[in-house]
Amino acid sequence: MYDAGKIIIGLLIFAGFMTFPLWYNGGKAAPIPEPKVLTKGKCVEDTAYMRAAHMQLLNEWRDQALRDGNREYVNHRGEKVWISLQNTCMKCHSNKDEFCDRCHTYAEVKPYCWDCHYTPKESKKWASTEGNS
Amino acid sequence: MGIDRRKFLKIAGVSSLVTLGGGASLLALNSPAGASHGEVEHHAEGEEVKAPEKGVKRWGMVIDMRKCSEHKDCTKCIDACHYVHNVPHFENRKEEVKWIWKEEYEKAFTDIGTLHKYNPKEIVEEKFLCLCNHCDHPPCVRVCPTKATFRRPDGIVAMDYHRCIGCRFCMAACPYGSRSFNWKDPRLGLRGRKLNPEFPTRMRGVVEKCNFCVERLAQGLKPACVEACPDGVLVFGDLNDPDSEIRKVLAENYTVRRKPELGTAPSVFYII
Ligand code: HEC
Ligand code: HEC
Ligand code: HEC
Repeated sequence: MYDAGKIIIGLLIFAGFMTFPLWYNGGKAAPIPEPKVLTKGKCVEDTAYMRAAHMQLLNEWRDQALRDGNREYVNHRGEKVWISLQNTCMKCHSNKDEFCDRCHTYAEVKPYCWDCHYTPKESKKWASTEGNS
Repeated sequence: MGIDRRKFLKIAGVSSLVTLGGGASLLALNSPAGASHGEVEHHAEGEEVKAPEKGVKRWGMVIDMRKCSEHKDCTKCIDACHYVHNVPHFENRKEEVKWIWKEEYEKAFTDIGTLHKYNPKEIVEEKFLCLCNHCDHPPCVRVCPTKATFRRPDGIVAMDYHRCIGCRFCMAACPYGSRSFNWKDPRLGLRGRKLNPEFPTRMRGVVEKCNFCVERLAQGLKPACVEACPDGVLVFGDLNDPDSEIRKVLAENYTVRRKPELGTAPSVFYII
Protein backbone atom coordinates (compact mmCIF):
# COMPACT_ATOMS: atom_id res chain seq x y z
CA MET A 1 0.00 0.00 0.00
CA TYR A 2 1.26 3.40 -0.85
CA ASP A 3 0.69 6.56 1.23
CA ALA A 4 -1.55 4.84 3.77
CA GLY A 5 -0.73 7.56 6.32
CA LYS A 6 -1.85 10.38 4.04
CA ILE A 7 -5.08 8.62 3.17
CA ILE A 8 -5.91 7.96 6.80
CA ILE A 9 -5.26 11.60 7.73
CA GLY A 10 -7.44 12.69 4.83
CA LEU A 11 -10.22 10.40 5.95
CA LEU A 12 -9.99 11.70 9.51
CA ILE A 13 -10.27 15.31 8.34
CA PHE A 14 -13.21 14.36 6.14
CA ALA A 15 -14.95 12.63 9.03
CA GLY A 16 -14.30 15.67 11.19
CA PHE A 17 -15.98 17.99 8.72
CA MET A 18 -18.91 15.68 8.18
CA THR A 19 -19.71 15.48 11.87
CA PHE A 20 -19.04 19.16 12.52
CA PRO A 21 -22.72 20.04 13.13
CA LEU A 22 -22.98 17.24 15.71
CA TRP A 23 -20.14 18.22 17.99
CA TYR A 24 -20.11 21.97 17.35
CA ASN A 25 -22.87 22.59 19.90
CA GLY A 26 -21.27 20.20 22.34
CA GLY A 27 -23.87 17.64 21.37
CA LYS A 28 -26.74 19.80 22.64
CA ALA A 29 -29.42 21.19 20.35
CA ALA A 30 -30.16 24.90 20.54
CA PRO A 31 -32.63 25.46 23.39
CA ILE A 32 -36.25 25.32 22.37
CA PRO A 33 -37.61 28.84 22.42
CA GLU A 34 -40.05 29.82 25.13
CA PRO A 35 -42.28 32.57 23.82
CA LYS A 36 -43.35 34.75 26.70
CA VAL A 37 -47.09 35.29 26.93
CA LEU A 38 -48.15 38.48 28.67
CA THR A 39 -51.90 38.12 28.85
CA LYS A 40 -54.08 35.62 30.62
CA GLY A 41 -56.90 33.85 28.85
CA LYS A 42 -57.07 32.52 25.35
CA CYS A 43 -55.61 33.30 21.98
CA VAL A 44 -57.74 33.90 18.91
CA GLU A 45 -57.75 30.14 18.35
CA ASP A 46 -56.45 27.23 20.47
CA THR A 47 -52.77 27.42 21.36
CA ALA A 48 -51.91 24.28 19.41
CA TYR A 49 -53.69 25.59 16.34
CA MET A 50 -51.99 28.96 16.67
CA ARG A 51 -48.58 27.40 17.05
CA ALA A 52 -49.04 25.33 13.94
CA ALA A 53 -51.06 27.62 11.72
CA HIS A 54 -50.75 31.28 12.75
CA MET A 55 -49.12 32.14 9.43
CA GLN A 56 -52.02 30.69 7.47
CA LEU A 57 -54.47 32.45 9.77
CA LEU A 58 -52.73 35.77 9.17
CA ASN A 59 -52.91 35.26 5.42
CA GLU A 60 -56.60 34.49 5.72
CA TRP A 61 -57.10 37.58 7.85
CA ARG A 62 -55.28 39.78 5.37
CA ASP A 63 -57.35 38.59 2.42
CA GLN A 64 -60.64 38.68 4.28
CA ALA A 65 -60.04 42.22 5.56
CA LEU A 66 -58.60 43.78 2.44
CA ARG A 67 -59.95 41.82 -0.52
CA ASP A 68 -63.37 40.84 0.82
CA GLY A 69 -63.75 44.00 2.90
CA ASN A 70 -64.89 42.02 5.94
CA ARG A 71 -62.89 42.72 9.07
CA GLU A 72 -64.78 40.47 11.42
CA TYR A 73 -63.37 37.01 11.95
CA VAL A 74 -65.42 34.29 13.62
CA ASN A 75 -63.17 31.78 15.36
CA HIS A 76 -63.81 28.11 16.07
CA ARG A 77 -65.34 29.01 19.42
CA GLY A 78 -67.88 31.15 17.61
CA GLU A 79 -66.48 34.43 18.96
CA LYS A 80 -66.13 37.50 16.80
CA VAL A 81 -62.61 38.90 16.54
CA TRP A 82 -61.68 42.21 14.88
CA ILE A 83 -59.11 41.47 12.21
CA SER A 84 -55.92 43.39 12.72
CA LEU A 85 -52.32 42.37 13.06
CA GLN A 86 -51.35 45.51 14.96
CA ASN A 87 -54.54 46.16 16.88
CA THR A 88 -55.48 42.59 17.77
CA CYS A 89 -52.50 40.19 17.74
CA MET A 90 -49.94 42.74 18.85
CA LYS A 91 -52.15 44.27 21.54
CA CYS A 92 -51.92 40.98 23.45
CA HIS A 93 -48.48 40.02 22.18
CA SER A 94 -47.02 43.49 22.53
CA ASN A 95 -43.66 41.96 23.47
CA LYS A 96 -42.81 41.07 19.89
CA ASP A 97 -39.13 40.51 20.74
CA GLU A 98 -39.90 38.00 23.48
CA PHE A 99 -42.76 36.35 21.64
CA CYS A 100 -42.84 36.28 17.83
CA ASP A 101 -39.12 36.96 17.44
CA ARG A 102 -38.01 34.27 19.88
CA CYS A 103 -39.58 31.53 17.80
CA HIS A 104 -38.73 33.09 14.49
CA THR A 105 -35.06 33.47 15.32
CA TYR A 106 -34.98 29.85 16.38
CA ALA A 107 -36.79 28.71 13.23
CA GLU A 108 -34.81 31.11 11.04
CA VAL A 109 -37.90 32.70 9.55
CA LYS A 110 -37.91 36.40 8.87
CA PRO A 111 -41.48 37.51 8.21
CA TYR A 112 -41.33 40.65 6.06
CA CYS A 113 -44.49 41.95 7.76
CA TRP A 114 -42.44 44.19 10.01
CA ASP A 115 -41.27 46.30 7.10
CA CYS A 116 -44.69 47.93 7.41
CA HIS A 117 -46.49 46.60 10.48
CA TYR A 118 -45.03 47.47 13.87
CA THR A 119 -45.59 47.61 17.60
CA PRO A 120 -45.38 50.93 19.46
CA LYS A 121 -42.36 49.60 21.37
CA GLU A 122 -40.43 48.73 18.22
CA SER A 123 -41.33 51.95 16.44
CA LYS A 124 -39.28 53.90 19.00
CA LYS A 125 -36.23 52.81 17.03
CA TRP A 126 -37.25 54.82 13.99
CA ALA A 127 -39.87 57.31 15.14
CA SER A 128 -41.44 58.67 18.22
CA THR A 129 -45.02 58.20 19.25
CA GLU A 130 -44.82 61.20 21.52
CA GLY A 131 -42.98 63.59 19.24
CA ASN A 132 -44.61 66.72 17.87
CA SER A 133 -46.72 66.18 14.80
CA MET B 1 -93.75 16.27 -28.56
CA GLY B 2 -94.38 19.88 -27.58
CA ILE B 3 -91.86 22.52 -26.73
CA ASP B 4 -92.63 24.55 -23.65
CA ARG B 5 -92.76 28.33 -23.46
CA ARG B 6 -89.58 28.72 -21.50
CA LYS B 7 -87.58 26.62 -23.90
CA PHE B 8 -89.01 28.45 -26.89
CA LEU B 9 -88.12 31.84 -25.45
CA LYS B 10 -84.60 30.67 -24.67
CA ILE B 11 -84.03 29.42 -28.20
CA ALA B 12 -85.60 32.53 -29.68
CA GLY B 13 -83.48 34.77 -27.47
CA VAL B 14 -80.23 33.04 -28.25
CA SER B 15 -80.85 32.89 -31.97
CA SER B 16 -81.80 36.56 -32.18
CA LEU B 17 -78.64 37.47 -30.27
CA VAL B 18 -76.57 35.43 -32.68
CA THR B 19 -78.26 37.06 -35.68
CA LEU B 20 -77.85 40.54 -34.26
CA GLY B 21 -74.21 39.90 -33.50
CA GLY B 22 -73.59 38.61 -36.99
CA GLY B 23 -75.42 41.62 -38.47
CA ALA B 24 -73.43 44.06 -36.42
CA SER B 25 -70.11 42.58 -37.45
CA LEU B 26 -71.17 42.76 -41.09
CA LEU B 27 -71.99 46.44 -40.58
CA ALA B 28 -68.63 46.99 -38.95
CA LEU B 29 -66.90 45.36 -41.90
CA ASN B 30 -68.83 47.56 -44.32
CA SER B 31 -68.23 50.88 -42.61
CA PRO B 32 -64.89 52.36 -43.73
CA ALA B 33 -63.33 52.84 -40.28
CA GLY B 34 -65.23 50.01 -38.65
CA ALA B 35 -65.71 52.35 -35.74
CA SER B 36 -69.45 52.84 -35.82
CA HIS B 37 -70.22 50.96 -32.64
CA GLY B 38 -66.83 51.45 -31.05
CA GLU B 39 -67.94 54.98 -30.29
CA VAL B 40 -70.93 53.79 -28.38
CA GLU B 41 -68.89 51.43 -26.25
CA HIS B 42 -66.25 53.98 -25.37
CA HIS B 43 -68.74 56.71 -24.63
CA ALA B 44 -66.96 59.61 -22.99
CA GLU B 45 -68.43 59.35 -19.54
CA GLY B 46 -69.57 55.73 -19.51
CA GLU B 47 -71.96 56.79 -16.79
CA GLU B 48 -74.07 54.01 -15.33
CA VAL B 49 -77.73 54.55 -16.04
CA LYS B 50 -78.81 51.30 -14.48
CA ALA B 51 -80.19 51.68 -10.98
CA PRO B 52 -77.82 50.48 -8.26
CA GLU B 53 -78.65 47.30 -6.41
CA LYS B 54 -80.48 47.88 -3.18
CA GLY B 55 -78.19 48.24 -0.19
CA VAL B 56 -75.05 48.63 -2.29
CA LYS B 57 -73.11 51.71 -1.26
CA ARG B 58 -71.18 53.98 -3.56
CA TRP B 59 -68.90 56.26 -1.58
CA GLY B 60 -68.29 59.75 -2.88
CA MET B 61 -67.15 63.17 -1.75
CA VAL B 62 -68.05 66.77 -2.41
CA ILE B 63 -65.44 69.49 -1.87
CA ASP B 64 -66.93 72.94 -1.40
CA MET B 65 -64.18 75.25 -2.64
CA ARG B 66 -66.25 78.34 -1.75
CA LYS B 67 -65.76 77.44 1.90
CA CYS B 68 -62.25 76.02 1.53
CA SER B 69 -60.89 79.14 -0.17
CA GLU B 70 -61.74 81.24 2.87
CA HIS B 71 -58.98 79.45 4.78
CA LYS B 72 -56.04 79.49 2.41
CA ASP B 73 -53.38 78.44 4.89
CA CYS B 74 -55.43 75.70 6.51
CA THR B 75 -53.97 72.21 6.18
CA LYS B 76 -56.02 70.48 8.87
CA CYS B 77 -57.47 67.81 6.55
CA ILE B 78 -54.07 67.07 5.06
CA ASP B 79 -52.42 66.84 8.46
CA ALA B 80 -55.15 64.57 9.80
CA CYS B 81 -54.95 62.21 6.84
CA HIS B 82 -51.19 62.06 6.82
CA TYR B 83 -51.12 61.45 10.57
CA VAL B 84 -53.79 58.74 10.55
CA HIS B 85 -52.07 56.85 7.74
CA ASN B 86 -48.46 57.55 8.69
CA VAL B 87 -47.78 59.19 5.35
CA PRO B 88 -44.11 60.22 5.34
CA HIS B 89 -42.88 63.70 4.61
CA PHE B 90 -39.84 64.32 2.43
CA GLU B 91 -38.54 67.77 1.53
CA ASN B 92 -37.42 66.75 -1.94
CA ARG B 93 -40.40 67.13 -4.33
CA LYS B 94 -39.32 64.08 -6.31
CA GLU B 95 -39.62 61.88 -3.23
CA GLU B 96 -42.91 63.40 -2.13
CA VAL B 97 -45.56 61.03 -0.82
CA LYS B 98 -49.09 62.40 -0.59
CA TRP B 99 -52.63 61.14 -0.13
CA ILE B 100 -54.40 64.50 -0.13
CA TRP B 101 -52.87 67.77 -1.25
CA LYS B 102 -53.50 71.19 -2.77
CA GLU B 103 -53.07 71.73 -6.50
CA GLU B 104 -53.22 74.79 -8.75
CA TYR B 105 -56.33 75.26 -10.86
CA GLU B 106 -54.48 74.73 -14.11
CA LYS B 107 -53.11 71.38 -12.99
CA ALA B 108 -56.28 70.20 -11.32
CA PHE B 109 -58.62 71.09 -14.16
CA THR B 110 -56.91 70.59 -17.50
CA ASP B 111 -60.24 70.26 -19.29
CA ILE B 112 -59.91 72.71 -22.17
CA GLY B 113 -63.46 73.94 -21.63
CA THR B 114 -62.61 75.22 -18.18
CA LEU B 115 -59.33 76.87 -19.16
CA HIS B 116 -59.58 80.32 -20.66
CA LYS B 117 -58.00 83.57 -19.68
CA TYR B 118 -61.23 85.29 -18.66
CA ASN B 119 -61.93 83.00 -15.72
CA PRO B 120 -62.29 84.75 -12.35
CA LYS B 121 -58.92 85.51 -10.84
CA GLU B 122 -59.89 84.02 -7.48
CA ILE B 123 -60.53 80.67 -9.09
CA VAL B 124 -57.49 80.62 -11.33
CA GLU B 125 -55.26 81.44 -8.37
CA GLU B 126 -57.04 79.05 -6.06
CA LYS B 127 -55.38 75.91 -4.71
CA PHE B 128 -57.73 72.98 -5.07
CA LEU B 129 -57.87 70.13 -2.64
CA CYS B 130 -57.04 66.93 -4.50
CA LEU B 131 -57.13 63.27 -3.58
CA CYS B 132 -57.75 59.94 -5.25
CA ASN B 133 -60.98 60.23 -7.22
CA HIS B 134 -62.04 56.63 -6.65
CA CYS B 135 -63.18 56.45 -10.25
CA ASP B 136 -65.94 54.27 -11.63
CA HIS B 137 -63.54 53.33 -14.41
CA PRO B 138 -60.13 53.46 -12.74
CA PRO B 139 -57.31 53.19 -15.28
CA CYS B 140 -54.88 52.27 -12.49
CA VAL B 141 -56.85 49.10 -11.81
CA ARG B 142 -56.82 48.11 -15.47
CA VAL B 143 -53.06 48.28 -15.73
CA CYS B 144 -52.06 46.69 -12.42
CA PRO B 145 -50.45 43.35 -13.28
CA THR B 146 -50.91 41.81 -9.80
CA LYS B 147 -54.39 43.12 -8.93
CA ALA B 148 -52.73 44.91 -6.01
CA THR B 149 -55.06 47.78 -6.75
CA PHE B 150 -58.70 46.91 -7.26
CA ARG B 151 -62.16 48.43 -7.16
CA ARG B 152 -64.33 47.40 -4.26
CA PRO B 153 -68.09 46.96 -4.75
CA ASP B 154 -68.61 50.20 -2.79
CA GLY B 155 -66.53 52.08 -5.35
CA ILE B 156 -63.38 52.50 -3.30
CA VAL B 157 -60.26 51.96 -5.35
CA ALA B 158 -58.25 50.06 -2.78
CA MET B 159 -54.63 49.02 -2.52
CA ASP B 160 -53.48 45.65 -1.25
CA TYR B 161 -49.93 46.59 -0.33
CA HIS B 162 -49.06 42.95 0.13
CA ARG B 163 -49.31 42.44 -3.60
CA CYS B 164 -47.70 45.63 -4.84
CA ILE B 165 -44.51 44.91 -6.75
CA GLY B 166 -43.68 48.57 -7.33
CA CYS B 167 -43.92 48.49 -11.14
CA ARG B 168 -45.60 51.94 -11.14
CA PHE B 169 -47.87 51.21 -14.11
CA CYS B 170 -50.70 52.61 -11.99
CA MET B 171 -48.83 55.88 -11.56
CA ALA B 172 -48.45 56.21 -15.29
CA ALA B 173 -52.12 55.38 -15.80
CA CYS B 174 -53.60 57.71 -13.18
CA PRO B 175 -54.41 61.06 -14.82
CA TYR B 176 -54.75 62.80 -11.46
CA GLY B 177 -51.33 62.25 -9.92
CA SER B 178 -53.00 60.57 -6.99
CA ARG B 179 -50.33 57.95 -6.50
CA SER B 180 -46.91 58.23 -4.90
CA PHE B 181 -43.97 55.88 -5.05
CA ASN B 182 -41.82 55.14 -2.03
CA TRP B 183 -38.36 55.84 -3.39
CA LYS B 184 -36.99 55.72 0.12
CA ASP B 185 -37.85 53.84 3.28
CA PRO B 186 -40.94 55.82 4.32
CA ARG B 187 -39.98 55.44 7.97
CA LEU B 188 -37.16 57.92 7.32
CA GLY B 189 -39.86 60.45 6.50
CA LEU B 190 -41.66 59.81 9.78
CA ARG B 191 -38.75 60.64 12.07
CA GLY B 192 -39.75 62.78 15.01
CA ARG B 193 -43.36 62.68 13.88
CA LYS B 194 -46.27 61.50 15.97
CA LEU B 195 -47.23 58.06 14.69
CA ASN B 196 -50.62 56.45 14.56
CA PRO B 197 -49.76 53.04 16.03
CA GLU B 198 -53.02 51.56 14.72
CA PHE B 199 -51.98 51.81 11.09
CA PRO B 200 -49.01 50.23 9.30
CA THR B 201 -46.43 52.20 7.38
CA ARG B 202 -45.49 51.21 3.88
CA MET B 203 -42.05 50.11 2.73
CA ARG B 204 -39.57 51.16 0.11
CA GLY B 205 -40.64 50.11 -3.37
CA VAL B 206 -44.43 50.20 -3.08
CA VAL B 207 -46.94 52.70 -4.42
CA GLU B 208 -49.47 54.31 -2.11
CA LYS B 209 -52.49 56.59 -2.22
CA CYS B 210 -55.70 57.69 -0.50
CA ASN B 211 -57.91 54.78 0.55
CA PHE B 212 -61.05 56.83 1.39
CA CYS B 213 -60.31 55.63 4.93
CA VAL B 214 -61.60 52.07 4.40
CA GLU B 215 -60.22 51.10 7.78
CA ARG B 216 -62.26 53.85 9.45
CA LEU B 217 -65.40 53.21 7.42
CA ALA B 218 -65.20 49.59 8.58
CA GLN B 219 -65.56 50.91 12.12
CA GLY B 220 -68.40 53.24 11.24
CA LEU B 221 -66.22 56.36 11.30
CA LYS B 222 -66.02 59.12 8.71
CA PRO B 223 -62.83 59.69 6.73
CA ALA B 224 -60.18 61.48 8.76
CA CYS B 225 -60.08 64.54 6.47
CA VAL B 226 -63.85 65.02 6.70
CA GLU B 227 -63.75 64.75 10.46
CA ALA B 228 -60.82 67.17 10.73
CA CYS B 229 -62.29 69.98 8.64
CA PRO B 230 -63.81 72.60 10.94
CA ASP B 231 -65.48 74.48 8.07
CA GLY B 232 -67.72 71.83 6.54
CA VAL B 233 -65.83 71.85 3.25
CA LEU B 234 -65.92 68.09 2.81
CA VAL B 235 -69.13 66.12 2.49
CA PHE B 236 -68.75 62.36 2.36
CA GLY B 237 -71.50 59.83 1.80
CA ASP B 238 -73.33 57.21 -0.21
CA LEU B 239 -74.02 58.35 -3.77
CA ASN B 240 -76.47 55.49 -4.24
CA ASP B 241 -78.69 56.70 -1.43
CA PRO B 242 -81.01 59.42 -2.77
CA ASP B 243 -81.70 60.63 0.77
CA SER B 244 -78.05 61.03 1.77
CA GLU B 245 -76.53 64.40 2.61
CA ILE B 246 -74.10 64.16 -0.28
CA ARG B 247 -76.92 63.64 -2.79
CA LYS B 248 -78.72 66.63 -1.34
CA VAL B 249 -75.61 68.78 -1.72
CA LEU B 250 -75.16 67.52 -5.28
CA ALA B 251 -78.78 68.25 -6.13
CA GLU B 252 -78.62 71.77 -4.75
CA ASN B 253 -75.25 72.85 -6.18
CA TYR B 254 -73.67 72.76 -9.60
CA THR B 255 -70.55 70.62 -9.31
CA VAL B 256 -67.63 69.73 -11.55
CA ARG B 257 -65.16 66.88 -11.57
CA ARG B 258 -61.52 66.70 -12.55
CA LYS B 259 -60.85 65.81 -16.20
CA PRO B 260 -64.28 64.34 -16.96
CA GLU B 261 -63.36 64.11 -20.65
CA LEU B 262 -61.17 61.12 -19.88
CA GLY B 263 -64.17 59.01 -18.98
CA THR B 264 -62.85 57.77 -15.66
CA ALA B 265 -66.00 59.01 -13.87
CA PRO B 266 -64.53 60.35 -10.63
CA SER B 267 -66.55 60.20 -7.43
CA VAL B 268 -65.05 63.41 -6.04
CA PHE B 269 -67.07 66.51 -6.92
CA TYR B 270 -66.17 70.19 -6.61
CA ILE B 271 -68.37 73.16 -5.89
CA ILE B 272 -66.42 76.06 -7.34
C1 HEC C 1 -56.73 38.21 23.67
C2 HEC C 1 -55.29 38.19 23.61
C3 HEC C 1 -54.64 37.51 22.41
C4 HEC C 1 -54.77 37.87 21.10
C5 HEC C 1 -55.67 38.94 20.50
C6 HEC C 1 -53.88 37.01 20.36
N1 HEC C 1 -53.24 36.16 21.19
FE1 HEC C 1 -51.93 34.71 20.69
N2 HEC C 1 -51.94 34.01 22.55
C7 HEC C 1 -52.56 34.59 23.63
C8 HEC C 1 -52.34 33.77 24.81
C9 HEC C 1 -52.86 34.08 26.22
C10 HEC C 1 -51.57 32.66 24.39
C11 HEC C 1 -51.08 31.50 25.23
C12 HEC C 1 -52.17 30.52 25.48
C13 HEC C 1 -51.65 29.32 26.22
O1 HEC C 1 -50.60 29.42 26.84
O2 HEC C 1 -52.33 28.32 26.17
C14 HEC C 1 -51.34 32.85 22.96
C15 HEC C 1 -50.63 31.96 22.17
C16 HEC C 1 -50.21 32.22 20.87
C17 HEC C 1 -49.31 31.40 20.09
C18 HEC C 1 -48.71 30.08 20.51
C19 HEC C 1 -47.53 30.30 21.43
C20 HEC C 1 -46.88 29.03 21.84
O3 HEC C 1 -46.42 29.01 22.98
O4 HEC C 1 -46.85 28.10 21.06
C21 HEC C 1 -49.11 32.03 18.90
C22 HEC C 1 -48.23 31.57 17.75
C23 HEC C 1 -49.93 33.22 18.91
N3 HEC C 1 -50.57 33.32 20.13
C24 HEC C 1 -50.02 34.13 17.87
C25 HEC C 1 -51.02 35.08 17.79
C26 HEC C 1 -51.38 35.77 16.59
C27 HEC C 1 -50.67 35.63 15.24
C28 HEC C 1 -52.44 36.57 16.87
C29 HEC C 1 -53.27 37.42 15.92
C30 HEC C 1 -53.86 36.67 14.86
C31 HEC C 1 -52.73 36.40 18.29
N4 HEC C 1 -51.85 35.49 18.80
C32 HEC C 1 -53.71 37.08 18.97
C33 HEC C 1 -53.29 35.76 23.60
C34 HEC C 1 -53.69 36.43 22.46
C1 HEC D 1 -44.28 29.00 18.91
C2 HEC D 1 -43.35 29.70 18.10
C3 HEC D 1 -43.86 30.91 17.30
C4 HEC D 1 -44.45 32.05 17.79
C5 HEC D 1 -44.74 32.41 19.22
C6 HEC D 1 -44.72 32.89 16.64
N1 HEC D 1 -44.32 32.26 15.48
FE1 HEC D 1 -44.64 32.92 13.62
N2 HEC D 1 -43.71 31.28 12.88
C7 HEC D 1 -43.19 30.24 13.63
C8 HEC D 1 -42.58 29.28 12.74
C9 HEC D 1 -41.90 27.99 13.19
C10 HEC D 1 -42.76 29.75 11.44
C11 HEC D 1 -42.28 29.12 10.15
C12 HEC D 1 -43.28 28.14 9.67
C13 HEC D 1 -42.93 27.60 8.32
O1 HEC D 1 -41.97 28.03 7.69
O2 HEC D 1 -43.69 26.72 7.90
C14 HEC D 1 -43.49 31.00 11.55
C15 HEC D 1 -43.88 31.76 10.48
C16 HEC D 1 -44.56 32.95 10.57
C17 HEC D 1 -45.00 33.73 9.46
C18 HEC D 1 -44.78 33.37 8.00
C19 HEC D 1 -43.42 33.84 7.61
C20 HEC D 1 -43.03 33.55 6.21
O3 HEC D 1 -42.00 34.08 5.80
O4 HEC D 1 -43.73 32.81 5.54
C21 HEC D 1 -45.63 34.83 9.95
C22 HEC D 1 -46.27 35.95 9.14
C23 HEC D 1 -45.58 34.76 11.39
N3 HEC D 1 -44.92 33.59 11.74
C24 HEC D 1 -46.10 35.71 12.23
C25 HEC D 1 -46.01 35.65 13.61
C26 HEC D 1 -46.43 36.70 14.50
C27 HEC D 1 -47.02 38.01 14.08
C28 HEC D 1 -46.18 36.26 15.76
C29 HEC D 1 -46.40 37.00 17.07
C30 HEC D 1 -47.71 37.52 17.31
C31 HEC D 1 -45.63 34.93 15.66
N4 HEC D 1 -45.52 34.60 14.33
C32 HEC D 1 -45.29 34.15 16.74
C33 HEC D 1 -43.23 30.12 15.00
C34 HEC D 1 -43.78 31.05 15.86
C1 HEC E 1 -45.74 46.99 2.16
C2 HEC E 1 -46.24 47.13 3.48
C3 HEC E 1 -46.82 45.89 4.17
C4 HEC E 1 -46.23 44.66 4.37
C5 HEC E 1 -44.85 44.24 3.99
C6 HEC E 1 -47.20 43.87 5.07
N1 HEC E 1 -48.34 44.60 5.26
FE1 HEC E 1 -50.07 43.91 6.05
N2 HEC E 1 -50.94 45.70 5.65
C7 HEC E 1 -50.33 46.80 5.14
C8 HEC E 1 -51.28 47.87 5.02
C9 HEC E 1 -50.97 49.28 4.55
C10 HEC E 1 -52.51 47.36 5.44
C11 HEC E 1 -53.85 48.07 5.41
C12 HEC E 1 -54.34 48.45 6.73
C13 HEC E 1 -55.80 48.75 6.69
O1 HEC E 1 -56.40 48.99 5.65
O2 HEC E 1 -56.33 48.72 7.78
C14 HEC E 1 -52.26 45.99 5.85
C15 HEC E 1 -53.23 45.15 6.37
C16 HEC E 1 -52.99 43.87 6.86
C17 HEC E 1 -53.99 43.03 7.50
C18 HEC E 1 -55.44 43.33 7.70
C19 HEC E 1 -55.79 44.56 8.47
C20 HEC E 1 -54.95 44.91 9.66
O3 HEC E 1 -55.17 45.98 10.23
O4 HEC E 1 -54.08 44.13 10.07
C21 HEC E 1 -53.35 41.88 7.88
C22 HEC E 1 -53.96 40.70 8.62
C23 HEC E 1 -51.98 41.99 7.44
N3 HEC E 1 -51.81 43.22 6.83
C24 HEC E 1 -51.02 41.02 7.64
C25 HEC E 1 -49.74 41.09 7.17
C26 HEC E 1 -48.78 40.03 7.34
C27 HEC E 1 -49.04 38.71 8.06
C28 HEC E 1 -47.65 40.45 6.72
C29 HEC E 1 -46.34 39.68 6.58
C30 HEC E 1 -46.42 38.34 6.07
C31 HEC E 1 -47.90 41.78 6.18
N4 HEC E 1 -49.18 42.13 6.47
C32 HEC E 1 -46.98 42.56 5.47
C33 HEC E 1 -49.02 46.89 4.76
C34 HEC E 1 -48.14 45.84 4.74
